[in-house]
Amino acid sequence: MKLRFNRKQLCIPYAAFLILFVIVPLLVIIYYAFTNGEGQFTFDNFVSFFSSTNTIGTLIYSFALAITTTLVCLVIAYPTAYILARSGFKKKYVLLLLFIMPMWINFTLRITALKEILTAIEGNIAAYPFLNSVIGMTYDFLPFMILPLYTSLLKLDKSLMEAAQDLGASKARVFLRVTLPLSVPGIISGITMVLLPSMTNYVVLDMLYNSTYIMGSLIGSYFNAYDWNNGSMISLILLVIIFIVTLVTNRFSDKDDKSGREVIL
Amino acid sequence: MKKITPIIWLCIVLCFIYIPILMLAVYSFTDATIVGADITAFSFDNYINLFANEELRGMIVGTVVLALVSATIATILGTLGAIGGFYSKKAGKRLLQSANQIPVVNADIVTGFSLCVLLIVLLGVNKDTFVPLGIGHVVLCAPFVYLSVLPKLKQMDNNLYEAALDLGATPAQALFKVVLPQLIPGILSGFILAITLSLDDYFITTYTKPSTFDTISTYVVNATKGGQTEIKTALWALSTLIFLIVVIVVIVMNVTSSKKKTEVNNEKI
Repeated sequence: MKLRFNRKQLCIPYAAFLILFVIVPLLVIIYYAFTNGEGQFTFDNFVSFFSSTNTIGTLIYSFALAITTTLVCLVIAYPTAYILARSGFKKKYVLLLLFIMPMWINFTLRITALKEILTAIEGNIAAYPFLNSVIGMTYDFLPFMILPLYTSLLKLDKSLMEAAQDLGASKARVFLRVTLPLSVPGIISGITMVLLPSMTNYVVLDMLYNSTYIMGSLIGSYFNAYDWNNGSMISLILLVIIFIVTLVTNRFSDKDDKSGREVIL
Repeated sequence: MKKITPIIWLCIVLCFIYIPILMLAVYSFTDATIVGADITAFSFDNYINLFANEELRGMIVGTVVLALVSATIATILGTLGAIGGFYSKKAGKRLLQSANQIPVVNADIVTGFSLCVLLIVLLGVNKDTFVPLGIGHVVLCAPFVYLSVLPKLKQMDNNLYEAALDLGATPAQALFKVVLPQLIPGILSGFILAITLSLDDYFITTYTKPSTFDTISTYVVNATKGGQTEIKTALWALSTLIFLIVVIVVIVMNVTSSKKKTEVNNEKI
């Protein structure tokens, strides 16, 4: 028997897989978000999220934590990526690996290590929940910020900076008017890599004894309570946030720029 | 003076990154139960416990098997998807590309929860069959395989496939003997990426796993809640071992890739 097929048909299994296990689950989430336990259509889940001060507080706390983490990561990662990309080291890539290698170590083990150190320094780590959570998230996500910044800074055309300098711009001015604007795609892709996970990764908070909820913890607690409808509503709200962030960032991002996880190898 | 500031900065960042991991590594070789305590005696007890304790051993083996199996399935699916998608018409290509992008940008927790609601709650699939967990990990990994194979397809000379057909190869032969060999670097890096993603995952695993099964991530999180000192310090040993494996893999990959580069350069000369 001769195997006859068209090359295009090779994607059928994967397309079917994506429809069944990526698109259908999202539709199911939308269905569950707008029904109650008996399967009747309702806006209750939506209303109860936006009318409860607890859940709104969680939303605000998530944003506060995520934005702080993103800023801290940016402040640490930008100079690091800048030095690495602009340095005269012969094997820049090896040096970069040193900074991103931790991301291949399981994140729960890394947070365990951080927790032990923080306990040794602070004593009772539960006393500084917000600070420790920012440190934990930064520790977890820093490589994902360094990587896209490094890639975009490495690609910069050096002659542009030299031209600006030749035309009389001071070093600070060259940086602010040339280097920084040109590295915006890297900044944006770093921000998306850090902002969204730090709204949802409640494991970091749990492990560092921060009992305040973020958006992810809400899904976790609804999962434990078998409350699929409210859990779906939180997922849907997160999806909307992700969608908005993606829309905004797509306008800035460079088409060739890969997001952090893709550049790992 | 000017040159020193950047180096100091890099050192500070490196300290932030490595001090916790290295401190844990040092203490994993002692009998201390708290990092920062005075070291009284060195011992390998943590390493012995790690492999002697059946629960820990089972958890490590389970994590690795899950990663290998789901990365293999993800690699096959993602590679075929990339090949098929690449040769499809524009509309089909774009649809596949966008669907592929959803799990990449979506939060893992939403991916995991939505799969849990569909498979376990709505369809009533038994968690203990490992089917939801397997599907979850393939959803996590396959899109990244797709993304690492795609650039290799773009680089490939399309005439080779046509030439193989003209010379009498069947489409299947042309695919396996001409197209696939050229994609191997992309497939391989996609496979390794898939393994690292599966090993690191917590959220998809929690929402789809059988209740008695644990991966390293879920086990560590549960262990931090419980107070068993012996397990806690055995996990320090695990962390150190993983760190060493990562270091070795990175070094080996760099040595082989730089060897290849020098070979290419030599050929040019």
